[in-house]
Amino acid sequence: MAKIVAGISTSHVPAVGHAVDSGRTQDDYWKPMFAGYEFSKQWVKDNPADVDIIVYNDHASYFGMDIMPTFAMGIAEKYEICDEGYGPRPIPVVEGHPELSTHLAASLILDDFDMTVLNKLDVDHGLTVPMSLMYGQPDKWPTKVIPLPVNVVMNPQPSGERCLALGKAIRDAVQNFDGDLKVRIWGTGGMSHQIQGARAGLINEPWDTKFLDDLVNDPETLQYKPHLEYMIEAGSEGVELIMWLIMRGALGDKVNEVYRFYHVPASNTAVGHLILTPQD
Amino acid sequence: MKPNFEQYKDIPGTTIYTIELARKGFQLNEFCMSLRTEENRKRFHADERTYLDEWDMSEEQKQAVLDRDFQRMLDLGGNVYFLSKIFAAEGLSYVQAVSTMTDMTAEEYQAMMLAGGRNVEGWRSKKERGEA
Repeated sequence: MAKIVAGISTSHVPAVGHAVDSGRTQDDYWKPMFAGYEFSKQWVKDNPADVDIIVYNDHASYFGMDIMPTFAMGIAEKYEICDEGYGPRPIPVVEGHPELSTHLAASLILDDFDMTVLNKLDVDHGLTVPMSLMYGQPDKWPTKVIPLPVNVVMNPQPSGERCLALGKAIRDAVQNFDGDLKVRIWGTGGMSHQIQGARAGLINEPWDTKFLDDLVNDPETLQYKPHLEYMIEAGSEGVELIMWLIMRGALGDKVNEVYRFYHVPASNTAVGHLILTPQD
Repeated sequence: MKPNFEQYKDIPGTTIYTIELARKGFQLNEFCMSLRTEENRKRFHADERTYLDEWDMSEEQKQAVLDRDFQRMLDLGGNVYFLSKIFAAEGLSYVQAVSTMTDMTAEEYQAMMLAGGRNVEGWRSKKERGEA
């Protein structure tokens, strides 16, 4: 049986990708942020997995507004890297896991989650920046990846309840897979940030801290937080944090908090990062 | 459930990209998506007006692009992730482009971010600020 062995959440700021790609991670500006991921890079080496399910959002890099899926899943052999306006990031192609991803997509549809199925998908910084943070700059990524894009760009986005429930269904579907695989689930995006309008630059550390606490200890209550509160308190782009609820749902009732990191700023954004493991 | 887009209109200095705005801005955002190739970026930069005329955008939308008036583009249905293709193609960072929508210079905005970002106090509601 396959098993979810860990959850990883992290912001996915594009400028972090630039810093890695251009060798500036030790600059004064970036050094404290990257230092916060040193523990995590070692931890994922010491606690290897076969597959990473990465919940993220595309940023008008692959999906335009001609098709905007609310929940989607990649089932391909591999995913190329998007050109986001300045050429593709110089990183390895992302390899998929067709057997597990087809099983997951089918299971979720049968469980009433109407997933959009992606046989072709190019991935952007939402997925690749977290991989760079956790895995550095390898010639080949150490795991297979199942991309799970969520619409958090166009309102209405899926509700927090729906996100947590999707995570729970992913947990069941992974456990029902006939194969011996260690699987991690990643929730990406956030934390507080707003990158538009006169209110741009908003950061709310007390709110972010409470969100992290509730995500770990009380997701059943956190799921009901209205999107309006995310927008007001965590900025218009802070609503990306609903994706962390999908990760949390896949970890079961109780989790161990292995690691937490918080840093301001990365570009316009508060960076938050958790490593959680399921207690059962 | 009946959508309630009105509830977002009290957030100061913020344009929530709703499905309604997405409809209004579809062609503007499609134009932005076209800048994902180097070939189109070159064509756009060579003659912006001619390139924009290939898209079924309103004159207001085209003018906002020519003016690099990002707030106006948001008002006309643009979304910042789409609009980022315009400024990325010019080598601008999110911080540089986003700061143009505030009342700060890029340097002042960067200094605010380094000092911990914009405090939410006073920025929760237009009513509270006397803007509505």
